[in-house]
Parts: sequence; C-alpha cells; structure tokens
Amino acid sequence: MTTRGFAGRRPTRDAAARLPPGQYETHDFPVLSLGPTPAVDLATWAFTLRDGPRPLARWSWSEFEALPRTTWRGDIHCVTKWSKFGTEWEGVTVDDVFAAAGVSPPTSYLLAQSYDDYDTNVPVTDLVGGRAMIATRFAGAPLAAEHGGPARLLVPHLYFWKSAKWLRGLRFTARDEAGFWELRGYHLYGDPWREQRYTNDP
Amino acid sequence: MTPAAAAPLRWHHARVTAVAARTPRVVSVFLDHAVERHDAGQHLDVRLTAPDGYQAQRSYSIASAPGVHPLELAIERLADGEVSAYFHDVAQAGDSIEVRGPIGGHFIWRPEDGGPLLLVAGGSGVAPLMAMLRLRAVAARDLPALLVYSARTWDEVIFRDELLEMEMRDPALRIVVATTRGAPVRSGDLGRRVDGEALAAVLAVWGHAPRHAYVCGANAFVEAMTQALVRQGMLPARIRAERYGGVA
Repeated sequence: MTTRGFAGRRPTRDAAARLPPGQYETHDFPVLSLGPTPAVDLATWAFTLRDGPRPLARWSWSEFEALPRTTWRGDIHCVTKWSKFGTEWEGVTVDDVFAAAGVSPPTSYLLAQSYDDYDTNVPVTDLVGGRAMIATRFAGAPLAAEHGGPARLLVPHLYFWKSAKWLRGLRFTARDEAGFWELRGYHLYGDPWREQRYTNDP
Repeated sequence: MTPAAAAPLRWHHARVTAVAARTPRVVSVFLDHAVERHDAGQHLDVRLTAPDGYQAQRSYSIASAPGVHPLELAIERLADGEVSAYFHDVAQAGDSIEVRGPIGGHFIWRPEDGGPLLLVAGGSGVAPLMAMLRLRAVAARDLPALLVYSARTWDEVIFRDELLEMEMRDPALRIVVATTRGAPVRSGDLGRRVDGEALAAVLAVWGHAPRHAYVCGANAFVEAMTQALVRQGMLPARIRAERYGGVA
C-alpha cells in the first residue's frame, strides 16, 4: 500500500545493504532501559556461570579482567528500529568464559541475568563460536553505566535487547525460558534480518 | 502473558481522521484504527510506503485512553525527521497508513495497579502518561496522582488545556509544570529545569509516597529523574522508564 505523499529518505546503497528490514541508521547511541540505571560497584561485582541454580564458576572484576580479551567491530540493531554501524566493543568471548570455567554447555539454552533483575534468553549456539562476548569496553573506553557498564552481554546478530546490560551471570536452563521482554510482547529469538520483533513474528 | 499463546501482530490499515496542531512542534494524529484495545502506556508501530516500495517504520506512544476512538498519537517534529515530517507536512484526514500493535508490556498502568501514581514527563514524553491520566479520569478518579511535566515554554505544554481542566475538576490530581525557558505561570509551577532537588520538593508538597512512578522523556531527563526517585527511597522495580533517543 502506497502512502499518499510519502517520498521517504533513502539510505545510501551501502547503508541499505547493512540495514535489516524496518531499521534506519542512527549516528548517536540511544539509551533504552526499563527503569533506573542500577549502581554496580566494581568492588562487589561478580560474574557467575550457573547450571540452573547451581554455580559452576564465579569471577570477581579483577579475575574477569584477567581473562583473554577480544575486540569486535560491527553493526548493532535495536528493536525500536535504530541501527548503529561500525561499533567497537572489547571484552571476553563467551567461548573464553566457558573455557576458563572448564565447562562445556550442559544445556542448549541460557538466560542472561542482570543486576536490575532483567533477564533475556539466548540459545547457547548463538553465544559460542565467536558470536558473542561479555563486553566491558566500548569505543576504547570503559563501558558507561547507561550503556550497561561495567559489563554487558553483546550478541550483535540479534536485536539489542538480547545484549543484556549490567550483566551478573549466565544461567543454563533445561529449556528455552522466556526472559523479561520475551514475556512482555517481544520475540523469543529476535533475529533482525527476519524482523522478529514481537511475539510470534515468523 | 505466555508468548506461545499470543497471535502475531499484523499490519493493519488505519485511516487518519484528523491531524491537529497541539503545540508549535507537536501534532496529534487521530486514527480510526483496527488494532486490539491497548493498555495505557503502550505504543504503536507505524509504517509508511513510498511509490517505489521503500518503507519507513517508527514507534509512537498512544496518548488516548484504552478503548477510546479515534486513537491518538502525539508526534513531535524532529530535526531532519523522515516520518515525523510526513505527519506534520503531508498527512490529512482521509489518508491511510499502516499500523501494528499495541506493543509493550512493561511501561503500562492499569487502574488495578493502584497508586498513588507519579507521572514525570519531559517534552513529548507526556504522550503515554496522557493515556494513563485519561484512563484514570474515567476509571480511578479518587486515586492520588501527580504529573510533573517539564516543557521548554508554556506554549509547548502538550494537552495543556485538557490537563488544566482535568486538574481543576479533580481534587486528587495535581499537576506541576516546569518551564525551562520561561517564567512559571501558575503558583506551584517551576520556572526552571526539574532536577532531583526540585522533584523532591514537589513530592514533599504533594504529600504522598508514590506506589508507582512512570518517567518518560529524553534519556538525560529520565536518568536524572529516576535516580532522584531512587534517592527518595522508591524501589527501583516500582520506577518504570521510557527513554526517547531523540532520533528522527
């Protein structure tokens, strides 16, 4: 259906190729959070890997900082329709976290858990093979609190609500359990290239 | 709220019934919509299509109360805005657009959630809070409610006349307008930016401890207000935020 009088503003050819359907490019870095930004103290910060309720491994901030570090550059896509190109993140890949813990994933799913009680579900296959990291630096500087610092999950091939801010742990689950937004109208998986924004989008 | 039980949200045609100027930078777009009844605070996705098939999508908060026809979106003209410019310069009654929704299961208020209810708006962030106030006016009139609304000037207070009339007729509703570029107009209003101290002072005068707070506006404003409410002792889980990135 054509909208009368709407011409639109086309992205460049390069931008168009990098934009998933329904997205537009932004040059700033919008902040979207469901409540107040929690105060997370590095002195008490901990990152815990769990199988259900059972802790498998736990790192303090200094221990976590000592893990192997990886830099990732690329585009991120928010379900609110902005995409940001060429972002640069540094952190510890989920592969390296699992290796440091000496665990192989006991289940196929997990919930990323945050300090503000937010959580979001991601299949383990989407987190391994270099596809995801726990990021502590953005554009060469420590990750700002409003963008999820000190540490956030980064799963850039999924809509950005999956990249949980203020991360405190990953918890393996026996099945694919819906997280915060997944229980409130948003898609269980969230592939931007298939435009899986809302519950049961194909 | 079981995801598996819900049907996917489809795009629907919606007819524009009117476009009305609210302030120099905001129009209300009224839609004869075909979407499910919304909860106060939810938003709608809008999709426009150019003759060559190019499409643009944006999300807008719904300002009308649940169940009220036509449905109202308050749309601010953004610098370099692609979709907001269409609504300001082109759209008129009789046009048809596509909509999908309603969307969002967190920044919502229902009468049974109760109060006292604190609403804090920055600029066009008042839109979803207006849906809550309009709902409260018909469904929970005695519930103490306070709207703290920061706008640049008195003339940029969206829904101003309706808000003032609502407050006049309703002893349980208090409205404080803060104008960042102009003197306060009414006693109790503020002629400056609301910071944490000012918000604390306004809450002290109001005299209620909010059970729920909804804060909507540009990120810096929302960040300042939500942090101030945490310092006031509100549980973070009772403070719901919606942040506008300020993009086109």
